Amino acid sequence: MTLSQLEVGEKGIVKEFTDLEMSVKLMEMGCLPGEEIRISRIAPLGDPIAIHVSGYQLSLRKFEASTIILQ
Amino acid sequence: MKADIRVALVGNPNTGKSTLFNILTGLNQKIGNFPGVTVDKKTGFCQLPDGRTAEIIDLPGTYSIYPKSKDESIVFSVLADKAKSLVPDLIVVILDASNLKRNLLLYTQIADLKIPVVIALNMIDVSEKAGIKIDVDLFSKKLGVPVVPISARKIMGIDQLKSTIAYANKIALQQDTIDVEVIAPQIIAQIKDDLKIDNPYFALQLAHQHETVSYLSTEESDRIENLEREFSFHSQKAQATETIARYNFINDLLYDTVKKPETAHDETVSNKIDKILTHKIFGFVIFFAILLFIFQAIFSWSAYPMSLIEDLFIWLQSIVSKTLPAGPLVSLLSDGVLAGLSGVMVFIPQIAILFALISILEDTGYMSRVTFMMDKVMRKVGLNGKSVVPLIGGFACAVPSIMSTRNIENWKDRMITIMVTPLVACSARLPVYTLLIALVVPNRNVWWIFNLQGLALTAMYLLSIVSAVLVAFVMKFILKARERGYFIMELPVYRMPRWKNVGFTMYDRSKTFVLQAGKVIIAVSIILWVLKSYAPGDTFARIDQKYSQSQYTKTMTPDSLNKVIASEKLETSYAGVFGHVIEPVIKPLGFDWKIGIALISSFAAREVFVGTMATIYSVEGDADKMESVQQKMHSATKPDTGQPVFTLAVAFSLMMFYAFAMQCASTVAVVYRETKNWRWPAAQFAYMTALAYTASFIVYHLLK
Repeated sequence: MTLSQLEVGEKGIVKEFTDLEMSVKLMEMGCLPGEEIRISRIAPLGDPIAIHVSGYQLSLRKFEASTIILQ
Repeated sequence: MKADIRVALVGNPNTGKSTLFNILTGLNQKIGNFPGVTVDKKTGFCQLPDGRTAEIIDLPGTYSIYPKSKDESIVFSVLADKAKSLVPDLIVVILDASNLKRNLLLYTQIADLKIPVVIALNMIDVSEKAGIKIDVDLFSKKLGVPVVPISARKIMGIDQLKSTIAYANKIALQQDTIDVEVIAPQIIAQIKDDLKIDNPYFALQLAHQHETVSYLSTEESDRIENLEREFSFHSQKAQATETIARYNFINDLLYDTVKKPETAHDETVSNKIDKILTHKIFGFVIFFAILLFIFQAIFSWSAYPMSLIEDLFIWLQSIVSKTLPAGPLVSLLSDGVLAGLSGVMVFIPQIAILFALISILEDTGYMSRVTFMMDKVMRKVGLNGKSVVPLIGGFACAVPSIMSTRNIENWKDRMITIMVTPLVACSARLPVYTLLIALVVPNRNVWWIFNLQGLALTAMYLLSIVSAVLVAFVMKFILKARERGYFIMELPVYRMPRWKNVGFTMYDRSKTFVLQAGKVIIAVSIILWVLKSYAPGDTFARIDQKYSQSQYTKTMTPDSLNKVIASEKLETSYAGVFGHVIEPVIKPLGFDWKIGIALISSFAAREVFVGTMATIYSVEGDADKMESVQQKMHSATKPDTGQPVFTLAVAFSLMMFYAFAMQCASTVAVVYRETKNWRWPAAQFAYMTALAYTASFIVYHLLK
């Protein structure tokens, strides 16, 4: 299951990434393996999404979210 | 000023770095460029408690020293660049106390470079309010660096920070954070050996960034490239390993030193605001209401100071012409330099207002929500969520809007935004449009409420937005992306704007504009003045002689005589000659040589059109009076056929030309300043002029 498949309010724990380049950026922003992520909201037009991670809010496109595999 | 110690401020975006910079340096700051790159270098001076002076450098906000954008690549170059003596003696790392985990990543990277470090724990008031308990002493002990809790917004702890800077160690004393060498032992050892570097993390960074670090020689860079292959070093894999190791260190550190409640108070408040501001319907309604407000504010609030500035320059010009003896020098001063200066200064209110409002939107955290909401739409046409604001600002003036595109990190998105922003109908086009519409469109109501002239004007504004979007869409396929398009962006919690920062931004941007764009516009207006004031040979003398004959002096009032002379001089001046020269080119658009002069002279600024028309058609009375220009233009006829010059086709053809052509020296100057390469303003000028010509041609022949 990937992050992009979660609904608003649902939580998941990061397991791994499918895209190495993206994973470096995402990890720097606090999306690390073992970290809990909650979907805060989805943009009015359906993309991007906002997630709650490492104590702050991060927005990313659905495509980027689809590279995050959850436990 | 000579500084005793150089201090660099480093931190994540939204940590209050700029606020701290402003507090430390006050108005004593300078914006330049880092050597060899376009990124802004903000420096200022700060008096330390021990009497020494510190030079403070504000580095671009970044989440890591691995660069994702050009701005971010500066951080490592400055910290590592020993050759160019930019390297700071001390780094102040600013951490947001309410978001320590992510903030500490950058600290651990900086610390491992072994430059002396001080931590400024900012927003300590916010984090305390949220119930976050930080054991500052233990925190400091574990890291081995001084930690100063501050609140830059509330100006708390600043004196303590200053004395900590003053008494900071000259040698780096911080603890190692991770074992760097295990990441890539062989390549690190080899680079240390080859380049005589003693710091393993610095060596590792060179392995990653040798291509962008300018001071390495080609041989050194090639050598590192070979080492990478030899030891099969994979930059991204190494970065991933390193990042995970760093977060392990950070988690351990925070486990011992920070106690946190389940959910931060600020975050829940922010969430509630976001529910409304990014709502499916209200979100867009509020956004458009805010845009409308900005649009209104730029027009209405700026009108009064703008006319004040104009009046000031008219007064200055009259003083100059009254007190100094008449002659070409005085004319140059008053009609060239002062006229040019007033053309620059008159934009200050609009620039100040636009930047004040934009910096409020940014400061509060709303701008990132706009980006969040608009990203999907804007991405379709090759723009970015952040392009919305410059485009809307373009209704007032392209100059501040282009300066505001710096918020767009992605190079391609930013360039496209810069390229299309001047297409948006700016306020300088308004006098041209109103004059021409009033000339040819009847003032009549259609369908009860719509005024025909108003509809025509609205159409011109709509056309500008549509054309900007279309051109952006085309450029999406022309421009090659330099970096992969990311959209991984922090949504900061909502905060009150920092009014001092707003003031600084207004002052800063206005100053930059006046200094940079000012030079160019003054030069252009001086050239134009020369072209209008001189003629080949003794043409002007002969005109003076001709009109001094009694048949003219007796039949005409001195006033109208002067107008006739001025008009005839204009026709024979170099500008007039140019007008005649370009006539064959602009004839297909329905323009004659007189309009040609107006086109040429208004390449400096569009609003010059009305003034030039006034001179060419030798208007009676006040040259700025719209009615009189309009009447004269209305009665202007072609000498050969006796048909009116300004037909519906000519007027709309002209409006098309003014809608598309890049007739604005300030914009050219500012695009050059922002891109630091003449290719961009040149390409922009070329495509816009081509577009203008084509649109005018089509419209003229359709309506003829």
